[in-house]
Amino acid sequence: MSAVSDLQTDAQPPAGNPATAAAGTSTGTGGPRWLPQSTLLRHLTVVLLCAVGAVVLLEVTDPFRNSQLATLSYYAIAAGGLTVLTGLNGQISLGHGALMAVGAYTTALFLGADEPLPLPVIFVAAIVVTTAVGALVGAAASRLHGPYLAGATLALAVGLPGLALRFQETLGGEQGLRVRAPRAPDWFGDAISALSGNPATTTKWLAYVGTMALIVTYFLLANLVRSRIGRTWRAVRDQDVAAELAGIRLGSWRVLAFVVSAACAGLAGGVLAIVVRLAAPSGFTLVLSLSLLTAIVLGGLGSLFGALIGSALLVFLPQVTTDLGSAAGLDNTEAAQLAPFVYGVVLVVAMMFAPAGLVGSIRLRWLAQRAKRTAARESGR
Amino acid sequence: MQQFVNTTLSGLAQGMVFAAFALALVLIWRSTRIVNFAQGSMAAATTFIALALIQAGWNYWLAFVVALASGFLLGAVLERVIVRRVEGGPELNAVIVTLGLFVAIQAAVAIIFGSSFQSFPSPFGLRGFTVGGTTIALTPTLVYVIVAVVVTMLLLVALFRFTRVGLAMRAAAFGQEVARLLGVRVGRMLTLGWGLAAVVGSLAGILIAGGEFVYPAFMDSLIVFGFVAAVLGGLDSPVGAVVGGLVLGLALSYVSGYVPGGSALVNMAALVILVVVLLVRPGGLFASTAARRA
Amino acid sequence: MADRTTDGSTAVRGPAAAGRSGTGSGDAGTPALEVRGLTTSYGPVRALDGVSLTAGTGRITAVLGANGAGKTALLRTISGLVRCSDGQVLLHGEDITRGPVEGMVTRGMAHVPEGRGVIAELTVEENLRVGSLFRGRTPRSEFDRVYELFPRLTERRDQPAHVLSGGERQMLVIGRALLARPKLLLLDEPSLGLAPRIVAQIFGLLRQLVDAEGLSVLLVEQNARSALSVADVGVVLNLGRVVATDDARTLMADEDLRHAYLGF
Repeated sequence: MSAVSDLQTDAQPPAGNPATAAAGTSTGTGGPRWLPQSTLLRHLTVVLLCAVGAVVLLEVTDPFRNSQLATLSYYAIAAGGLTVLTGLNGQISLGHGALMAVGAYTTALFLGADEPLPLPVIFVAAIVVTTAVGALVGAAASRLHGPYLAGATLALAVGLPGLALRFQETLGGEQGLRVRAPRAPDWFGDAISALSGNPATTTKWLAYVGTMALIVTYFLLANLVRSRIGRTWRAVRDQDVAAELAGIRLGSWRVLAFVVSAACAGLAGGVLAIVVRLAAPSGFTLVLSLSLLTAIVLGGLGSLFGALIGSALLVFLPQVTTDLGSAAGLDNTEAAQLAPFVYGVVLVVAMMFAPAGLVGSIRLRWLAQRAKRTAARESGR
Repeated sequence: MQQFVNTTLSGLAQGMVFAAFALALVLIWRSTRIVNFAQGSMAAATTFIALALIQAGWNYWLAFVVALASGFLLGAVLERVIVRRVEGGPELNAVIVTLGLFVAIQAAVAIIFGSSFQSFPSPFGLRGFTVGGTTIALTPTLVYVIVAVVVTMLLLVALFRFTRVGLAMRAAAFGQEVARLLGVRVGRMLTLGWGLAAVVGSLAGILIAGGEFVYPAFMDSLIVFGFVAAVLGGLDSPVGAVVGGLVLGLALSYVSGYVPGGSALVNMAALVILVVVLLVRPGGLFASTAARRA
Repeated sequence: MADRTTDGSTAVRGPAAAGRSGTGSGDAGTPALEVRGLTTSYGPVRALDGVSLTAGTGRITAVLGANGAGKTALLRTISGLVRCSDGQVLLHGEDITRGPVEGMVTRGMAHVPEGRGVIAELTVEENLRVGSLFRGRTPRSEFDRVYELFPRLTERRDQPAHVLSGGERQMLVIGRALLARPKLLLLDEPSLGLAPRIVAQIFGLLRQLVDAEGLSVLLVEQNARSALSVADVGVVLNLGRVVATDDARTLMADEDLRHAYLGF
């Protein structure tokens, strides 16, 4: 009897939150045969392939798609950070929109200088400032859970834009700050014309900046997730008592997760600022934070690939719903509201029927089948 | 001195609305351990129903009653159809569901009623009373707000204290399994609880809308204020929610009245208060939760 | 000598044959409760594995066994808090296996859960009122009777239940169950954590209620010695199966069985 029960437990999702169940399974080692065995090498190979793929994608698509890819990149960077926090560490945050605002305003202020610093330096500055804010929030958040944390970060999301109104001279009030988008450097123009003969527009340059920032971020996050740090986060999420008894200081690890995730939000905000060319309170509403949440829930909480897919839906879905809405006779502003409506419905439906998300549900089904096969083999022996 | 009186008065009236809203959150929290982040959107929805009826020529009071009734229906249906499935499950799932409802309902309101600013009438005047030659900030509308909230609270107290349904609801909230074994239809009580909470939330929405402009997201700050007030009071205690609401209303009113540029900082002030309370007294200002949970 | 089985498919001897002589009203007709082949799983763990037993009318039937034997699972399955995968529960001959939990008390069965299920936030009086809610208006005299049975509760009447001591809580939940006027009382570990003197007091009262009013009791206990001293019939569970059913005194006298399963 005990043998049977052992097998059955194997087939079940990891203990604890079904919502985060998919995350626990994301560490399965191996992967396709043709990839190198070392995690770092494997990730590097994937990064190279992705970079090549991104270049091809950016060169064969029109400027409109280019700018959509730029939009995708900042959503995905922020969602990647959030999925580390929520999926791996089990902490929810509705404040990531506000953290993105910090990154965006920092970028806007630095780019507004008479002689702006180089873009990478500005991004680093945006990350540093946002990380500092994130550390502060994370320190408070590390002692909260579930609804308390959601409420506190909700207050952050609603409250922070108020600062832009209070410090109107520096932060531009309701109108926000216009961002002077950096022009493409000469070497970029040369490289593009050599590569595909396409014109090296600013849009294209920004799309490249966003995509490369995305690839670098995901590379770093993927390595982090598979490292000792990632394992510790999962332990903190699923087995907090056991982890604490094993000498893991829960608080510090939660703060660290928040800091990493805030750094991503800062970079995402920076990319957003140059892509949208505006940093204004209206760009960082609660709906932005909730959209990010939708992205990672769709992707299955804890899977970076899932976060990417979820972000893609955030970019491409509004167009579809708005078209549908207009076709159904709604005016433009009404049709534009269909997208958040769908986000909300998706959040509800996902939690009701597939708490592990799209990617997670597929993965869980696969794991269950594998376990069933193993069980069949064992019993047939 | 006059400014102080005025700031205090408007703080009190605001605090009453926060208290009502916090009360709605507490009613749901103590029966289902769920913070209903959709409360704001639900209230916005019913406020817009009232507005649509008033614009169609209905009497304010009739529209008021219909709005509260539709609030009850909305709350009850959401609990029965959606929330029921995540009750008692992982807390993160419940949080995400109510957040999903929050966005979906808000967007639905925008689609149905439009997202422009519209003015919401108040049944009473907006001019302050005159005392000894000076006009104070106490307007008939403020009096109406205060009276409406106080009456609602008294009705709730009466319901929970003196009626059999109220006792059954409390039993279902505090001891689900025991209550079921004693024949209390717990599911029905939870549905009823969500309906009632939605009524109180809707009331807060209509009251705060009176004499102001409304738009689909007009309750966003109120959900934060209501949550902060509820946490101040310990999230579990109706009395705490009321006191928390009043404290927060006064505090924010003073921030807005005395801090330079303070009106833009009200939301931040609420955040600061929330974080301080959560870190220093997580059980709320009047914590006796440790004893009560035992 | 008790019926003992190794395969769990024991032939259960009716309690009528094993009843304590000279007590209670006996049970000529259908038993108060009959459980047939009940099987319940908690995930992969089988808590009950084909349990069959009867609780005679006007008797105290004690279900004994070590921690994890399935005693609590048995009561929770009977009242429907946990759904069984197989088997039947008959209350006075009526099949209630799939009935709603909320309906059990109207059918005359009151379940007092483990850990003294007082509702800590309600006062003593309110706890009692919850017990009679389903009946509609309940005469005041019935409340007075509970306070008479447990004078300690009278002093605590308007205090929240979380201030009560363990013994007082047990009195409160039993009193509350009695207000439902049950024909069958399911009691889960009433002696847990109580002083022996209070246990004796509570068991004495149970005996009194059974003898005087024809109440039937299914008592789940780890404290086998005390339980057998008050019960008419004993049922011994081990790892979710019935290993013995017999007259309480016979079980008490069976030294091997006591050593093997009851720990005294």
